[in-house]
Amino acid sequence: MTIPLEIGGERRPLVYRQRLWTRITHWVWAIALFFLLLSGLQIFNAHPMLYVGEQSGFNFNNEVLALGADETVDGKSVGFARIFGHRIDTTGVLGLSGKGEEAAARGFPSWATIPSYQDLATGRVVHFFFAWLFVLALVGWLVGSLINGHFKRDIAPRSADFRNLPRDIADHARLRFHHRRDYNTLQKITYGVVLLVIMPTIILTGLAMSPTMDAVVPFLADMFGGRQTARTIHFAMMLLLVGFFIVHIVMIFAAGPLNELRSIITGWYRVDPEGV
Amino acid sequence: MTRLALSRRHLLTSAAIGGAGLVLSGCNVFDGLGGDSTVRRILASANDVTYRVQRLLAHSDALAEEFTKADIRQPQRPNGVTSPDDEGYKSLLANGFADWRLEVSGLVEKPLALSLAQLQAMPSRTQITRHDCVEGWSCIAKWTGVPLSLVLDETKPKPQARYVMFHCMDTIERGLDGDIKYYGSIDLADARHRQTILAYGMNGRPLPVENGAPLRVRVERQLGYKMPKYLRKIELVDSFSRFGTGRGGYWEDNGYDWFGGI
Repeated sequence: MTIPLEIGGERRPLVYRQRLWTRITHWVWAIALFFLLLSGLQIFNAHPMLYVGEQSGFNFNNEVLALGADETVDGKSVGFARIFGHRIDTTGVLGLSGKGEEAAARGFPSWATIPSYQDLATGRVVHFFFAWLFVLALVGWLVGSLINGHFKRDIAPRSADFRNLPRDIADHARLRFHHRRDYNTLQKITYGVVLLVIMPTIILTGLAMSPTMDAVVPFLADMFGGRQTARTIHFAMMLLLVGFFIVHIVMIFAAGPLNELRSIITGWYRVDPEGV
Repeated sequence: MTRLALSRRHLLTSAAIGGAGLVLSGCNVFDGLGGDSTVRRILASANDVTYRVQRLLAHSDALAEEFTKADIRQPQRPNGVTSPDDEGYKSLLANGFADWRLEVSGLVEKPLALSLAQLQAMPSRTQITRHDCVEGWSCIAKWTGVPLSLVLDETKPKPQARYVMFHCMDTIERGLDGDIKYYGSIDLADARHRQTILAYGMNGRPLPVENGAPLRVRVERQLGYKMPKYLRKIELVDSFSRFGTGRGGYWEDNGYDWFGGI
C-alpha cells in the first residue's frame, strides 16, 4: 500500500516553526559539514592510523585503527582495516581502492575525499575554511538560541518529554510520526546531544591537535588523554555525525520530506489538526 | 487516516538518495581546488585568520607542553629528506661538520658565521617536546640547542627585519628547472620564543643525520614542516617574495599554509 507522502487539505494548518536564525545556521552546518567530512578524510589519508595517548607508536603499539594495503602470498593486492588489532579485508573501499590498474593504497577511497586525489595541502585549506564557518555558526546559534528562546522552548526537554519518552520511542519504532509545532522527545534529545556534546567535542578535539592551541591552553590535549587520543575522538565524533546525518535524512523522508524541507527553508510547517 | 507515511520502498529510496549525495561529492567535482584559483585563495584566507587569532591568543611566552624522560618511548621519527645526497653535504658530514658554518645574514648589523663548536659553547636549552607532523602523527623527543634569540641578539637585527628565513643543505626536489633545496621561514615572534632553539642534540646524543645533522630548528608551537633540518644559513628578511614562488617555504610553495600552528 502506498500512501501519499503529502496529505493536503485545510485540515492541516501551517504554523511558523523554524525561525530565520535556526534555518540559516542549519544550512551553514549542512554545507560546512559536507566539506569538513570530505576534506577531513583527505587529511586522515595522509596518515590513515589512529592511536591512544600523546604520541603515535612506531616502536610500540598504541594503535586503535589502521587502514592499509599489502600483498597476499600469491601476489594479490588487498586492502585492510585493522580495528583494535582485528583485521578485516576491505579491498576496494578502505586501504586499497580504484579500478583495475588504477587501484592504489589509500585510506578512504577517492570518491570520499576532496580533492579526489591525494592532496593534504588542499584538504587542509578546505577543512580550516569550513571549520571557521562551522564554529561561527555554532557560537552564533548558541548565543542566538539563548536570546530568542529557541533553546529553552524547543531543545531543552521538559518533564512531560521524559514521561513521553517510552511512547515516543515506540512511535518512532513503528515509523508513526506526529506533526506538531514542537519537537518530540527523541528529537530534542538528539538535537541537544548533537549541538551541545558532539559538535563542541569535535571542535575542541580539533583544536587540541593544534600545537599553538596546546601552548595557549596547556590542558587542552591532556583533557582528552593526549593529542593522538584527541585525534581519535575527533574521528569518532565524525562517525557519530555521519550516523546522525543518515538517521536525520531517513527521518525526513519518513515524516514527509516536502513538509520537513519547507519548514527548514521557509519556516512554515504543516501540522496535524491536533498538533498546533 | 493513518499517519504512516513511509513504505519500505521510501525508506530505501531515501537511503539511496542520501548515499548518492555523498558519492557525488567526491569524484572530482572539487578537484579544481587543488590548483591556484580565486576560490582557493578565498578558502586559504581562513589561514590568515587562524594566524592572527592564534597570535592574539598565544602570548609571546606561552610554552608548548614539555614532557618527562619517561615519555621518550621511541626514536624520533624522521620525515622528508633523511639522507641528503648533495655532494657538499656529504663532504661536510665526512669531516664531522668541522668545516661547516652557520651563516647568519640579511637584515642584520653584524653578519656571523658560526661553527658547531661556537654554537655549542653558547648557553643551551634542553626540552622534551612533542613533534606534530602535518600528516597527523606525533612523536616525543628531547632536544638540545642554542636559543635562536641568543644568535639573533649577537647579529643585531635591523628594525625592518620581520621574518627569519632558514636555508638548508638538502635537495628536496629535483626538477627540470633545477634542483630545489629545502627552505622555510617563521616570524620574529616565534624566532624569539623561548623554546625556539637551533638544535644540535637529540635524546642526549648528537643530532642524527636523518633528523637534520648538524643543526635544525625547533619551533615547538608549529607543525614539523616549519622546522627545517640541515641548516646552512639563517637570513633575516622583510619579505619572502624573492624566494621560490614567494610563499615563504618549500611546502608553502606546494600549497601548505605558511603558518603551521594548526
